[in-house]
Amino acid sequence: MPVIQYREALNQAMSEEMERDDRVFLMGEEVAEYNGAYKVSQGMLDRFGPRRIIDTPISEEGFAGIGIGAAMVGLRPIIEFMTFSFSLVAFDQIVNNAANIRYMSGGQFSLPIVFRGNSGMAGSLAATHSHRPEAWYAHVPGLTVVMPATPADAKGLLKSSIRSDDPIVFIEHENLLGERGEVPDDPEFLIPIGQAEIKRPGSDVTIITYSRSLLTSLKAAEKLADEGIDCEVVDLRTIRPLDMETLVASVTKTHRAVIVEENWPYCGIGAGIADRLYRSIFDELDAPIGRVFTKDAPVPYNRTMELAMLPSVEGVVAEVKSLLNR
Amino acid sequence: MAHAETDAKPITTRHQALGWLRQMLLIRRFEERSAMLYQQGKIGGFCHLYSGQEAVAVGSIGVLREDDYVITAYRDHGHALARGMDPEAGMAEMLGKAAGCSKGKGGSMHFFDAEKGFLGGHAIVGSHIPLAAGVAFAIKYRGGDQVCLCFFGDGAMDQGSLHETFNMASLWKLPVIYIVENNYMSMGTQLHRHSCLLDLTIRGGTAYGIPGVAVDGNDVEAVAATTREAIARARSGDGPTFIEARTYRFRGHSMSDPMKYRTREEAEKARERDPIILYESQLKERGWIDEPGIEQMHEAVKAEIDEAIEFAIQAPEPPVEDLYEDITVAPHIPQE
Repeated sequence: MPVIQYREALNQAMSEEMERDDRVFLMGEEVAEYNGAYKVSQGMLDRFGPRRIIDTPISEEGFAGIGIGAAMVGLRPIIEFMTFSFSLVAFDQIVNNAANIRYMSGGQFSLPIVFRGNSGMAGSLAATHSHRPEAWYAHVPGLTVVMPATPADAKGLLKSSIRSDDPIVFIEHENLLGERGEVPDDPEFLIPIGQAEIKRPGSDVTIITYSRSLLTSLKAAEKLADEGIDCEVVDLRTIRPLDMETLVASVTKTHRAVIVEENWPYCGIGAGIADRLYRSIFDELDAPIGRVFTKDAPVPYNRTMELAMLPSVEGVVAEVKSLLNR
Repeated sequence: MAHAETDAKPITTRHQALGWLRQMLLIRRFEERSAMLYQQGKIGGFCHLYSGQEAVAVGSIGVLREDDYVITAYRDHGHALARGMDPEAGMAEMLGKAAGCSKGKGGSMHFFDAEKGFLGGHAIVGSHIPLAAGVAFAIKYRGGDQVCLCFFGDGAMDQGSLHETFNMASLWKLPVIYIVENNYMSMGTQLHRHSCLLDLTIRGGTAYGIPGVAVDGNDVEAVAATTREAIARARSGDGPTFIEARTYRFRGHSMSDPMKYRTREEAEKARERDPIILYESQLKERGWIDEPGIEQMHEAVKAEIDEAIEFAIQAPEPPVEDLYEDITVAPHIPQE
């Protein structure tokens, strides 16, 4: 199986879907002539031409809305945010329009649109450019939020997102773009939205995580294995809707859970998952649910300070051990 | 009484002209009865009436083709009816019924009618302006020759979404026609207090290299003629037009508006240029209708709205479980 980068997997997903469906187009800042600010759309202008690979002015609210309007009348836009931090100026379009128009019209319109781009604390980008927006979007009924951690998941989930008839918020991670992995080249390789995956089976503790924190969690699981602690690592892949079935099965088996996320603790994904697990399988838990998260402060420029905020391998190891009283 | 400017040269047929007059009457009646139902507590939420501005929607939508698109803001009943929405579906929506044009989930501010190419009332000021450009983008992408007509009030001139979109619509020569219904009031803030320039064609047209045209928004045929030119420009690939239709709303911003920002004299003076009365006299002068004919039309419209209200009142409430319906095409999984 070919080994490619995460960014190439995204490129393949978009290119294959554009090949099979003329309604699909890519619009965003620097996606065409610049070949993508992060080179995700490298070569796509040459392949598909300016009708379908469209550079925009720096007007996120405007072009997000243009995508929504085009989707209302049957096109299938992919709207790229250079980073998801910039989606904040398009928040009204995504939350009020993309998520609500089907509902407010009594089901007369569908919104087959993908908003995609990278996110995360990528390194010395400071507070405005390091956002992790998943909790904001996952809060909204009507939106589907997808966050792949591996190149294969990036490809399979982006293809499914483009084929979905609903608005998808597809959040990549800037630090994962260069990660390499095996990715099928089958043009029908699709990963269903809404399914978590057990990336490492185990029996003592379930580590629930997503996006870049998967890598941190897998490393922590290896270290813990050296100490005889067998962790199961569940990669959510889709944030909304949450795959409760997989989570419940895993935690029912291990009786302990630690949630690891590169995001603030309050009102976030970890808080939401913990709430749902407590309400559904409280009796299965042998310990309170553990959490590893980003410190509750804006993201600083200083690299040492920033790293101190991030979930670390040591932090995950310590949290797992504390659940086991070790 | 002031006259409409288009007396000398009718731009339409008698049949179409009478249709436009009837539509304006229908909208006025729909609005006035909605106000009464609101006072009775049968209509809830925010309700923004279109009375006084009818000629803008009727004149412009009246020269569209069936396969064109219309999108507007929250003062949307008039545009929906002008586009041919059944008043029963509109009134049922006002009352929140399942038979409403948005199944009771949109209400007064969110009328939709996909079959008529009516892409909605949109209630965040200016948020639908990019959508209109997106519709036009799709038309051009497919190589079609339809147009998208987009309405908003002068308050929306101050939203960033408008300025971002006008730049792109002009840059990409999209077949979209933007009509600002300048009623000189951004809710309760009058034009001279919210806009740096009083001539909106400069802010919406000149600034973006878009042809900007001002028109008497109370003169239905003037609106029709101006829109027709804009449509021809859009269909031939020459891009957007910005039309400033100067008009006046007779009622408050919404039902709860005490209208302290304008004088009684100003409002009364505006009624002297009631677009319906203007058009009635114009058509009488042309000999296209007489007083009994007008009376008859009023009666027919009254009956049609009475029926719509009766239909809406009798229509069943949507079942509460339906609040989970129509969220997404894929089954909605409540995250509860």
